[in-house]
Amino acid sequence: MAGVRLEKIEKTYPNGFKAVHGIDLDIRDGEFMVLVGPSGCAKSTTLRMVAGLEEISGGKVLIGDRLVNDVEPKDRDIAMVFQNYALYPHMTVYKNMSWVLKLKKKPADEIDRRVRQAADILGLTDMLDRKPKQLSGGQMQRVAVGRAIVRSPKVFLFDEPLSNLDAKLRVQMRVEISRLHTKLKNTMIYVTHDQVEAMTMGDRICVMELGRIKQVDTPTNLYRYPANTFVAGFIGSPSMNIVSARLNFDGDTCYVDSQNLHLRIPDDIGKKVRQYDGKAIYFGIRPEHIHARETNPEAADNFFNMEVSVVENMGNEVYLYFTPGNSQYIARIDPDIPVRSGDSHEMWLDTNYIHLFDGETKENLIYKPKTQ
Amino acid sequence: MKKRKQRVNSFMVNGLLLFLCLVWTVPTFGLLMTSFRDRDVVSKTGWWTVFTRPDQAELTLDNYEQVLSGKTITLVDSKGNQQTVKGDNLTRAFLNSLTVSIPAVVIPILIASFAAYGFAWMDFPGRKVFFILVVALLVVPLQISLIPLLRDYGRLELTGTFLAIWLAHTGFGLPLSVYLMYNYISQLPRSIIESAIIDGCSHFGVFWKLILPLSVPAIASLAIFQFLWVWNDLLVALVFIGSKPGVEVLTQRLLYLIGSRGQDWHLLCAGAFISMALPLMVFISLQRYFVRGLLAGSVKG
Ligand SMILES: Nc1ncnc2c1ncn2[C@@H]1O[C@H](COP(=O)(O)OP(=O)(O)OP(=O)(O)O)[C@@H](O)[C@H]1O
Ligand SMILES: [Mg+2]
Repeated sequence: MAGVRLEKIEKTYPNGFKAVHGIDLDIRDGEFMVLVGPSGCAKSTTLRMVAGLEEISGGKVLIGDRLVNDVEPKDRDIAMVFQNYALYPHMTVYKNMSWVLKLKKKPADEIDRRVRQAADILGLTDMLDRKPKQLSGGQMQRVAVGRAIVRSPKVFLFDEPLSNLDAKLRVQMRVEISRLHTKLKNTMIYVTHDQVEAMTMGDRICVMELGRIKQVDTPTNLYRYPANTFVAGFIGSPSMNIVSARLNFDGDTCYVDSQNLHLRIPDDIGKKVRQYDGKAIYFGIRPEHIHARETNPEAADNFFNMEVSVVENMGNEVYLYFTPGNSQYIARIDPDIPVRSGDSHEMWLDTNYIHLFDGETKENLIYKPKTQ
Repeated sequence: MKKRKQRVNSFMVNGLLLFLCLVWTVPTFGLLMTSFRDRDVVSKTGWWTVFTRPDQAELTLDNYEQVLSGKTITLVDSKGNQQTVKGDNLTRAFLNSLTVSIPAVVIPILIASFAAYGFAWMDFPGRKVFFILVVALLVVPLQISLIPLLRDYGRLELTGTFLAIWLAHTGFGLPLSVYLMYNYISQLPRSIIESAIIDGCSHFGVFWKLILPLSVPAIASLAIFQFLWVWNDLLVALVFIGSKPGVEVLTQRLLYLIGSRGQDWHLLCAGAFISMALPLMVFISLQRYFVRGLLAGSVKG
C-alpha cells in the first residue's frame, strides 16, 4: 500500500487547452480521497494522469515514494473502475475478473482463489458464468469493482463509478464501496460530481474548480469552514445562501447590510474582520441556520419578515424559498411549523453560524483554511 | 376509421413490395428453369412452358452433370452425322475460385483491422495524414492501375499465379476495408481499451483479445462484400491470370461457356447457378451480422 502525491501537476491537451493548472495534493496511505467538482473541472483528467492514461504535461506524480511520470499504467500498481463499467462484453464475469491475473502470469490456482474471494466479497459468486449483458447495472458495476479487487493494487481509482446507476442503487453501492474501503484499507481516489457521495464516502475531500483545487479537508471541516464561496456553495444541499453585502461597524459592533437585511454579527466574529469596515463582502448562511421565529422568541434582532414563495415539504424537514428582489434565500425548518406559500413568515438568522467572504477574492474572512 | 386506413396502407405497401420482389426474381427464376432444360428444348420454347405446358417440360439434370463432370456425350445433328462433344468441367474452376477468394478476403480484412486499430487507438505522428491518404485511395479506379501492375508482375514473374491475384485483390480492397473497419473500431468504448491497458495488455493483446472479437459484426459484413466482389470478379482475373490453364477461375470458365459454345446457354445457366451457390451460402450464414455491420458506427446503443 502507498499514498499518492501530486506535485504541481499540469495538463495541457494537444489542442492547447490547459485543463489542470498545477495541482498539489498529498493523499495518505489508506486514505479515501474524493475529488469533487462540477462537470469539466478536470477531475477525470487528474485521475487519468495518476492512472497513466493521460500524459503529464508538468509536475510529478508519486505513488508510494516512486516517481511514476514515465511508468506504464500496468506497472503503476493501480486499478481503475470506470463510469461505464468497461467490462469486456465477450467474456464471462469470471474471465473478466481473471484476465488481469492471467496477463500477470499468476498460477492457475491462485487466480481461481483470488477471483472467488473477490466474487464472494461482492456477492457475485452465482454470476461467474454470465456474460456482462446478462447482468443488471448494479451487478455490472460490482464486476468492475471485482476486477479491481482481484489485482489487489496499491491504489484504487474510481471515475464516477455510480453515476450510471439509478438513485436507489447508487446509495446502496455507495455504502458497499465504503465498506470495501474499511475492509481492504487501500488508498482510494474517487472522482464524483455529486457532493453527497463526496461527503458520505470521503475521509477527505478535494474540491476542484476549473483545473484548480479550491480546498482539501475532511467533510466536516469543508462543511463548517469552507475556504471560499465556491466550496461554500458546492458542499451542502440545499446549498448555502450567499449574498453580496457590506460590512459596517458601529463602534465595536459589526453589522452586515444587504438589500433586505441588517444583521448584527457576534463580537468574536466581528473582531476578526475589523479591517473590512465599509467594504463590500459576501455573507453566507446555511439553510438550517435560518429558523422560524417561533423557535427563538427571545431573539432581539437578526430577523426578517418576508413572503414565502415556495414551500418544499420533504417529510422530515421543510424548505422555504424567499425571493426578495433578485436574491434568494432558502431556509430549512421543522415540518411541524405551519407555513404556506404566499404567506409572510418571520424568520430568524443565527449569525453565530455566519460566513463572511472577501468581496473580490471570495476567500473566507473568518477562518483560514488548514493547509494540508 | 384511422385503423382501417392504416390497414389498407400497410396492405398496399406489402403488395407493392411483394410485386417488386417477384419482378426482381423472375430473371433468376427463368435462369433456374432453363438450367434444367434440354439444349434442343431451350432453343425452341421459353422457360415458362414448364408451367404453361407441363406435359412438354422434360426437365433434366444433364446440364449440371455436364458442367460439373465434363462428361462426353454424343449428339446427332440435323443431317444425321454423329458428333462428340466434351462438356466443360467447372469443378477445377470452382476450386480455383475458392483458392483465390479465401485469401483474398482474409488478407485484406486482417491488414485493414490492424490498420484501423492503429489509426483509431494508437498515437503516432502523421496519423491523420496517413489515414486520409489511405481513404483517398477509395476514389482511384482500379482499372488505371491494371497495366502498371501487370508490367511489374511480369518483371517479378508473378503473372498467372495465385499470389498475383491475392495481392491485387488485397490492394484493391484495402482502402474501403480500412475505412469501414476504422468506423467501427473507433466507436468501441475507449474505457474498455484503457481498462485492458491498465490490466497490462499490450497493443497486440488488445487487438487480438478485444478488438477482433468485438468487431465480428463489422468483419462479417466486410467479408460478405469482399467475398462477393472477388468471387464475381472477372476483370482482375482476366488481367492477372489470363488464360493460363489450371489456374482459371469460375467467372472465366463461364465466359468460355458462352464463347466456345455460341448458343449453349443451357450450360451457362447451370454454370451460373453453381457459381451462385457459394455466395448465397456465405450470405445466409453471415447475414445476421450484415444489418448490424452496415449500421456500424452510425448509431450506438
Ligand atoms: N482530449 C481532450 N482534448 C482537449 N480538451 C479536453 C480533452 N479531454 C478533456 N478536455 C477538457 O478538459 C477539461 C476537463 O475535463 P475532464 O474530463 O477532466 O472533466 P471532469 O471534471 O471529469 O468532468 P465530468 O464531471 O464531466 O466528467 C474539460 O474542459 C474538457 O473539455
Ligand atoms: Mg469525468
